[in-house]
Amino acid sequence: MQSVYLDYAATTPMDPEVLEEMMPYFTEMFGNPSSVYSLASRSRKAIDRAREQVASALNADVSEIFFTSSGTEADNWALKGIVERSGVPGAHVITTRIEHHAVLHTAEYLQKFEDASVTYLPVDAEGRVSLEDLKAAFTDKTVLVSVMFANNEVGTIQPIGEIGKLCRERGVPFHTDAVQAAAQLDIDVKALNIDMMSMSAHKMYGPKGTGAFFVRRGLKLENLVHGGGQEKGRRASTENIAGIVGMGAAIERMKARLPQERPRLTALRDRLIEGVLKTVPHAKLNGARGEERLPNNTNFSFIGVEGETLLLDLDSKGISASTGSACSSGSLDPSHVLMAMGLSHEQAHGSLRMTLGRGTSDEQVDYVLATLPEVVAKRRAMSPLWDERLGSVPGR
Amino acid sequence: MALDYSEKVMDHFSNPRNVGEIENPDGVGEAGNPKCGDIMKIYLRVRDNVIEDVRFKTFGCASAIASSSMATEMIKGKTVDEAWDLTNRAVADALDGLPPIKMHCSVLAEEAIHRALNDYRSKHGLEVLPIEEFDHEHDHCSV
Repeated sequence: MQSVYLDYAATTPMDPEVLEEMMPYFTEMFGNPSSVYSLASRSRKAIDRAREQVASALNADVSEIFFTSSGTEADNWALKGIVERSGVPGAHVITTRIEHHAVLHTAEYLQKFEDASVTYLPVDAEGRVSLEDLKAAFTDKTVLVSVMFANNEVGTIQPIGEIGKLCRERGVPFHTDAVQAAAQLDIDVKALNIDMMSMSAHKMYGPKGTGAFFVRRGLKLENLVHGGGQEKGRRASTENIAGIVGMGAAIERMKARLPQERPRLTALRDRLIEGVLKTVPHAKLNGARGEERLPNNTNFSFIGVEGETLLLDLDSKGISASTGSACSSGSLDPSHVLMAMGLSHEQAHGSLRMTLGRGTSDEQVDYVLATLPEVVAKRRAMSPLWDERLGSVPGR
Repeated sequence: MALDYSEKVMDHFSNPRNVGEIENPDGVGEAGNPKCGDIMKIYLRVRDNVIEDVRFKTFGCASAIASSSMATEMIKGKTVDEAWDLTNRAVADALDGLPPIKMHCSVLAEEAIHRALNDYRSKHGLEVLPIEEFDHEHDHCSV
């Protein structure tokens, strides 16, 4: 049986070259960078190099890059750090309804414990925020705007440059969660007027447990983890050197491959999208098309079928995918992203996300296109919702 | 999630028994709510007070489909009164257990069967029995 991994947005396998660069820092080069002897200095140099690699990938300065344990931690830092430092009573934060829970749950925490007020911007049917809505949301207490660069479920890319410009004009810090986007796109933080950006190594063929956080120089941000002097005392704790080396190596390699990989994935993505829409009746593409969609993301709704059943059926055929369906996750509510885009519960429950990556081939896309229609048809045949959809009389 | 399912659940999910509908059924019952991601429909054919045939159609996750399949197997050949006594716990046990978050799927099967049996009872002048209503929306999804 074929083995087809199509969940690169969940995580990616490590690039063997990245792993090779990390290995010495688990064993012989184990020195604590805070110590003075030469073993320690080798660890320090490794961190400096990784910081340069990340900074150079984003057109940032090395002093603007901080290493964290994850993209989630960077998101927490951005929101908590700005609100806590602002000193504004009842500080106002603008974000969106389709953020990752790392942002949404942090915003809820700030509402609960920091007396913050939060505006959750709606999105259109393709998952895009409106600049007019954003303009209208600013108040004299707005201390932060946080809009994700590209959505993890449907891949829609937000108008980040315009949002950055609007925020800069108003002097309001702009944070973007680029955990998905930074693994797929060329990002210039200066050109886009980004003040803070969250990234994660394991989405770009690096290790799990390491993230990077860009913070524009001079931005007033409270520290997140209190302790020793690591990361200029702003994010204490002994550095995860191997992980940091992996983050730097991963982003550098990812960036070098982008000119070939982006058009390759875009072509595979579009072939998969067109193929599914053609071969599966009543299939709906969720999210934007073309340049406004991440090159590796596809997301469909198949009315009449529940997402988890699709995942298990596909898994039995060797295909690993994911769903925004409630039943597959810990919660039983359907995807907040699909609901914010105006999908019905039935559509949201019948969603399937397939995300492509380095291992995805033409042959694999063919295999999915040969497998998916029969799987959907099989489950629809036993679905009472599909009967209603077809307008048949119940109990006929 | 697949790892949380027993082999029996996966068997009944992959090869569900009694899928389909019955023409001119003697009883039809439906339970669930498409908003919550599961809806179950049970069709009965009853001869001489015995469930001669039973079919189901289900929209829902693997445990909803497996619960439908197992529950229909368990009431086939039973009398109408015996079938009424089938509990959700018995369905879950017969499947070698369901993950706690999926227990409502077995409740759904019990409820759909009760509704189908009541449909039959009302058509045949039998007493319609009280059904313990499960609050689907409140208990497992916030819509």
